[in-house]
Amino acid sequence: MRPLTLKRVLWTSAALLAVLFGVVIVAMKVGAYRISFADLALNLGRLILGRRAHIPSDYQVAFGYRLPRIELSILVGAALSVAGAGFQALLRNPLADPYVLGVSSGGALGAIVALILLPHFLLATPLAAFVGAIATIAAVYFLGRRKGQLDSTTLLLAGIISASFLSAMIIFLMTNTSGSNLRGMPFWLMGDLSTPLPEAMHWVLLAGLIIGVGAIYTTAADLNLITTGEREAMHLGVEVTRVKLVVYISASLLTGLAVSMSGAIGYVGLLVPHVMRMIFGPDYRILIPASAIGGAIALLAADTLARTVMFPTELPVGAVTAMAGAPLFIYLLRRRLR
Amino acid sequence: MNDAGNGAQVIAYPGGEGGAESPVRLKIEQASYAYHPHGQSAPAFTLAATSFAARQREVVTILGPNASGKSTLLKLIAGTLKPLSGRVELEGFETSRLDTRTRAQKIAMVHQESPLLFPSRAGEYVLQGRHPYGRMLRFETKEDVEIAENALAQVGAEDLRDRWMHEISGGEKQRVILARALAQQPILLLLDEPTLHLDIGAQVELLERLRELAAESRYTVVVVTHELSLAAEFADQVVLLHEGKCLRVGTPADVYRRDLLEQVFEAPLDVDLGPEGRPRVHIRGARGHRVGGHLKET
Repeated sequence: MRPLTLKRVLWTSAALLAVLFGVVIVAMKVGAYRISFADLALNLGRLILGRRAHIPSDYQVAFGYRLPRIELSILVGAALSVAGAGFQALLRNPLADPYVLGVSSGGALGAIVALILLPHFLLATPLAAFVGAIATIAAVYFLGRRKGQLDSTTLLLAGIISASFLSAMIIFLMTNTSGSNLRGMPFWLMGDLSTPLPEAMHWVLLAGLIIGVGAIYTTAADLNLITTGEREAMHLGVEVTRVKLVVYISASLLTGLAVSMSGAIGYVGLLVPHVMRMIFGPDYRILIPASAIGGAIALLAADTLARTVMFPTELPVGAVTAMAGAPLFIYLLRRRLR
Repeated sequence: MNDAGNGAQVIAYPGGEGGAESPVRLKIEQASYAYHPHGQSAPAFTLAATSFAARQREVVTILGPNASGKSTLLKLIAGTLKPLSGRVELEGFETSRLDTRTRAQKIAMVHQESPLLFPSRAGEYVLQGRHPYGRMLRFETKEDVEIAENALAQVGAEDLRDRWMHEISGGEKQRVILARALAQQPILLLLDEPTLHLDIGAQVELLERLRELAAESRYTVVVVTHELSLAAEFADQVVLLHEGKCLRVGTPADVYRRDLLEQVFEAPLDVDLGPEGRPRVHIRGARGHRVGGHLKET
């Protein structure tokens, strides 16, 4: 018997971080403007040393445009994956994902309402998205019950119906409002990382990510037991109600933040935790960090594909993740029904 | 403790007398409960005041048909329900007032198996029993692994350690679940219908093991069951429940009265005494194989 050790968690995280670094390099290199490795290393070094002004103007465009987008992909990917892993344990359903459950759409609706009502208050958008997300998961949770029990099929149906209803609300609001800062419908419905955000928002996202992932990680050992059954977990010393509340709030926070910055990008929260489980096993103490970094890798890779595969046109990144995620969802659903 | 014990004969059991000198460990004093679904004024189900006490090494069976209040009584003992009146004490502490972690260090519960969300190996599953002792992220220590392996050995399941939980048989799974409870190092072991999905061989094996464990490791064991014959064979004490009322508490010979059992289980039954003084229950077939029985009018 070889129980999980902190050492293994740290080594795994380090290995995944190395992969992430590799993907960052590729993402910096490819695109309309190609940069050689030497120049890339040189200018990245300048950037790290805080000498942004010394970067030659040829590269300023590439760095000024690509780097923030890479940052955003990493933060959003990590947030969505950990939210997905959290929802899967919370709802005891391996198919749970913020997008499939309608939580992303709820967040998007909240963000749009904030943009219409309080267009000049920067923090209102992520806050409202958080409120939208938490309200949606509460509604789906109660609609997904049958005879007082959480029923996995009813839950998924409740989520899919909520997502469709909320999307309709989004379309209704967007067609009836003509706000200049309201971004397009595809952005909110499919997700997109191409629109640059004010740099302050990156910091908001980073802070939220650390708080949300950190809070979920403190419950990782408890989540392992909750996946074997709430009743059993309680008899093994888990304060089930407290743990569920922490995960419920944190996963909604992560989803809300991600959606307010990048729209409703689908299936990352489903795909990444599953792949990580296949590689590293289902223990949440390793799954949470692996999902966070794996999510960053996956979304960055997907976004790099989205902006290069049909060059010079760009795909919304949500289209790429859905193309990979939807077949996996079907596969998992069928394997479960069998 | 036993209000209807007219003419009960006292029979000594091997193993049963071991608890006589030791102090009472579990004490249920006039504990009652009522379920009020949706806040209605009339309760949907009530458990009338029930009392009994158990010492270490003692195996107590809570016996009764479905919906007799067995599970409610077990939850009161486990401390997950707070009694409406009366007290449930484990070594002097009220079980419902213990915090979740302390409770899990003292009381272990074996449920009917519930489906796992993600696959797990038997060894990892048993390690979960160490959860109430860990801190924060609860990375298991060498000591935890040793305790888990001992627990597996105690139930004779060392060879299952690296097997997947979804690939082993029902009886093997039940042993692994029991091992997880033992890894909690509790003083009180509670089992909710542990024999439900087992064939008869596995049932007997499980209950024999419980007897041994109680004797060797000084557990107090409380088993909820509706299996009349198994309870008669393995219990030191039987708590007989019927429609939310505790009808009788005592040794199997004391509780197993034909009229009483027939009324509770609504079936024609015969009871006689085996060689060791333990009662044996037979079902009287409709055609009356066991002559002399008169069917109860219902």
